[in-house]
Amino acid sequence: MHPTCQHLSGVSLDEKTSKKQDAGKIFLEEVTSPPPDQRGLKRFGRILLIPVLAVFTGLVIGGIFIALTSENIYEAFGRSFGAGLIEALQTVGEAYVALFTGAFGSPVRIITALQSGDGLEIRRAFNPILESLVTSTPYIFAGLSVALGFRAGVFNIGAEGQIFMGAAAATFAGYALKGLPGIIHIPLALLAGAVGGGIWGLIPGWLKAKTGGHEVINTIMMNYIAFRLSDWLLTGPMKRPDSFSPVSPMIEQSAMLPRFFDDPIRFHLGFFVALGVAWLVWWFMFKTTWGFELRTVGANPFASRYAGMNVARNTILAMTLAGALAGLAGANEVLGVNHYLAMAFSSGYGFDSIALALLGNSHPLGVVLASLLFGTLRNGATPMQVSLGIPNDIIMVLQAIILMFIAAPAIIRTIYRLKKPTKEQPVANFKM
Amino acid sequence: MTPVLELRGITKQFPGVLANDHIDLKLEQGEIHALLGENGAGKTTLMNILYGLYQPDEGDILVRGEKIEVHSPSDAIAAGVGMVHQHFMLIPVFTVTENVMLGAEVLRPGGFLDRQKAAARINEISEQYRLAVDPHSMIKDLPVGVQQRVEIIKLLYREADILIFDEPTAVLTPQEADELFKIMRSLTDQGKTIIFITHKLREVLAVADHITVIRRGTVIGTVVPAEADQSSLASMMVGREVDLELERSPLNADEVVLEVENLIMADDRHQVAVEGVSFEVRAGEILGIAGVQGNGQTELIEAVTGLRQPLGGIIRLLGQDIAGAPPRVVTELGSAHIPEDRQRDGLVLSFPVMDNLILAQYYLEPFAHGKVIDWQKALEVSDQLIEKFDIRTPNALTEVDSLSGGNQQKVIVARELSRPIKLLVASQPTRGLDVGSIEYIHRQILKGRDDGVAVLLASTELDEILQLSDRIAVMYRGRIVAVVPSKEATKENIGLLMAGVSPENILTGASDLPAS
Repeated sequence: MHPTCQHLSGVSLDEKTSKKQDAGKIFLEEVTSPPPDQRGLKRFGRILLIPVLAVFTGLVIGGIFIALTSENIYEAFGRSFGAGLIEALQTVGEAYVALFTGAFGSPVRIITALQSGDGLEIRRAFNPILESLVTSTPYIFAGLSVALGFRAGVFNIGAEGQIFMGAAAATFAGYALKGLPGIIHIPLALLAGAVGGGIWGLIPGWLKAKTGGHEVINTIMMNYIAFRLSDWLLTGPMKRPDSFSPVSPMIEQSAMLPRFFDDPIRFHLGFFVALGVAWLVWWFMFKTTWGFELRTVGANPFASRYAGMNVARNTILAMTLAGALAGLAGANEVLGVNHYLAMAFSSGYGFDSIALALLGNSHPLGVVLASLLFGTLRNGATPMQVSLGIPNDIIMVLQAIILMFIAAPAIIRTIYRLKKPTKEQPVANFKM
Repeated sequence: MTPVLELRGITKQFPGVLANDHIDLKLEQGEIHALLGENGAGKTTLMNILYGLYQPDEGDILVRGEKIEVHSPSDAIAAGVGMVHQHFMLIPVFTVTENVMLGAEVLRPGGFLDRQKAAARINEISEQYRLAVDPHSMIKDLPVGVQQRVEIIKLLYREADILIFDEPTAVLTPQEADELFKIMRSLTDQGKTIIFITHKLREVLAVADHITVIRRGTVIGTVVPAEADQSSLASMMVGREVDLELERSPLNADEVVLEVENLIMADDRHQVAVEGVSFEVRAGEILGIAGVQGNGQTELIEAVTGLRQPLGGIIRLLGQDIAGAPPRVVTELGSAHIPEDRQRDGLVLSFPVMDNLILAQYYLEPFAHGKVIDWQKALEVSDQLIEKFDIRTPNALTEVDSLSGGNQQKVIVARELSRPIKLLVASQPTRGLDVGSIEYIHRQILKGRDDGVAVLLASTELDEILQLSDRIAVMYRGRIVAVVPSKEATKENIGLLMAGVSPENILTGASDLPAS
């Protein structure tokens, strides 16, 4: 009873500030509200505490799911309870070891490879961790897209569609422009991707600003349009002339993001471009007047209007930039990994990125860290499936559980008996 | 006689602050006992302890001489203690009956809600205590004053004998407040006991039987209204002499700064809210806009500050027509605005104090060089403003959300008055604030006036209008019915004008009027 009531009284306080705001607004506030005023390591620890515990709890519960879905374990439990328990722990352990080696590489293999001095073997040994970075890269771009939207008070559910449009535009720039040097062609193709995604964000942004049409609905609809549009492009105007499958032509060599190592390592420049863009987004959001306006509009549109800001213009700007960032995710995949456009190539980066932005507290640094986690989990899942027959879907279950805990920090606080960071107490003596 | 409720030595320590320090309080049956103190004095903590939301570190709670343990609100209710919260705990889309029975449902056989029985009980209660409410109306359709009655009925339905009213008048119009005081009296006449938490001096003098003043977590004293007046109570609350009478220099009105002609405004429901209003404000004078809430003041202020498009009329600021101009144009001409709803319009609560202090000028030198914000400079200026305007905050990076109402308002005042301005538009500048902050903000407004700023002050607090204004324009149903120089204005004649009595009947033959 006691905690419930405290919670209730807390709700009433919040009501005061959030009246006349829809549920989405309240949610956004929850997501983007900075932690209580603390500096340095303590603050950093506070921010990281919940995500880290959520990941840990997710792994524990994911382990239970792995155990539940393994037939051996039921068999072992049939023999005796102890045997079942041992079998369960062993299976889960093996699964997570496979996940780990799939994501980071096997230490044993790395050492033997280094001792043998065989170039190919060394590259193969180091491939998993670099491949995790490759998988993380589109997540960074798309996560930044959603995070920027959150900060500016808009829900960009349309990252997936923007990824497709960005990829289509980048692909076109990649194969249609010929004879350019890489130093011009690559930025141009990336720019095309940003513009393609940006247009796909601008449309719902403009609709929201001018007509009040809700961006959640409109970005979802824009997703469908983007999927079918890219299908049509691949079967029509952008179809590879000599191919029966619906794929685009290969992009020119000069448009490919350079790779740092020989095959099979696909690690490419895109990762560092993503880090650079993350820094740029951070600088834009927190150091410029544009970013200040975006964040103010996102945090309190009434006050931003009072302060003379143009709410409509900022909404359009936010959605356009969000679209451009997602478009870069698509461009990155085409220019760095696939080198051509195929149907359904993105497989949900845009949707995962919504969750990822939440996990990263809508801060560029948080997004980068969350992207690394997601990329790693996704990359480690395949070997887990191949070597142990544990379904790939477990990783999705794991991600879902982690995100549920992130979205509802109260659960984590309850499990680990953490105190809610209170706002009144640290400054209560100043109220007197 | 045994006191109906007694608190003995209640002590509550929060990290870094002693919120309650050995507080003793005795309540006699059937009295209205006011608990007076500034925001943060410890009133709310004390009541939360009594209501079971906090556990005291030390001290006992006795109901009718018997010691009780209160671990949760249900324990408190079982002991007959109920609380009317400042922010109502009602479900807007439920009916009055459903809200009242929530948590104490009456069932028919088969587990169905017995709404009729509950509604009948509500009718009984509302007759007995003169709390007129229709049990079948939806909460969202009811005015705030009636919603509050529903909260009271909820407690009576649960047979509470000791009712805690937490700042009950903060959300009410003056008329609704008067109505509430009658209800409180009718409750105590029938044996209920009331704890009335407030920081409004006039109210406690009007309704309380005893007044206990709390400051910094300790009881300063208990007095009866007959032996107290506003300034003695204010000094007890604040801990120093408070000068409720403001000194003001003689009026030195200069050129016209703001000129409004025939302004017509619509409200959110597209009804005409302001109908052909004209006035002017000169440099160095304060024009007060008096009126009961909802007579067009809000729309008028929004027109002058550029937040709402006028339907017609002219607004000239320093000779330039600003009707329909966006807020930034108005601001850049030298206008400052202390908005009516400070948390909605005036502040970004989730931002630090610093960001809020530069909200009007973030894009100008010295805060921005081109498009890049100089946060170092912003921090320097913020620290100066915090010092100069006495904003009580741990530092400039603290979120505004965690400051008290008075300090939040000081952030706005600091931001608006620290830049070179010609016009100050202040709307309800002290609503809900404690005595100390009110005094401070009044002084700042007067200082602006003395420095030659033209001030347009809209307030529903008649005392505030009378205290500050050089001239008083009274608004009634969207029109300015009279403009009265301050020396001719009295509480009575302005009050009658606010109530819609025609000015001819008041200002020309004031002596013939029956006293009201």
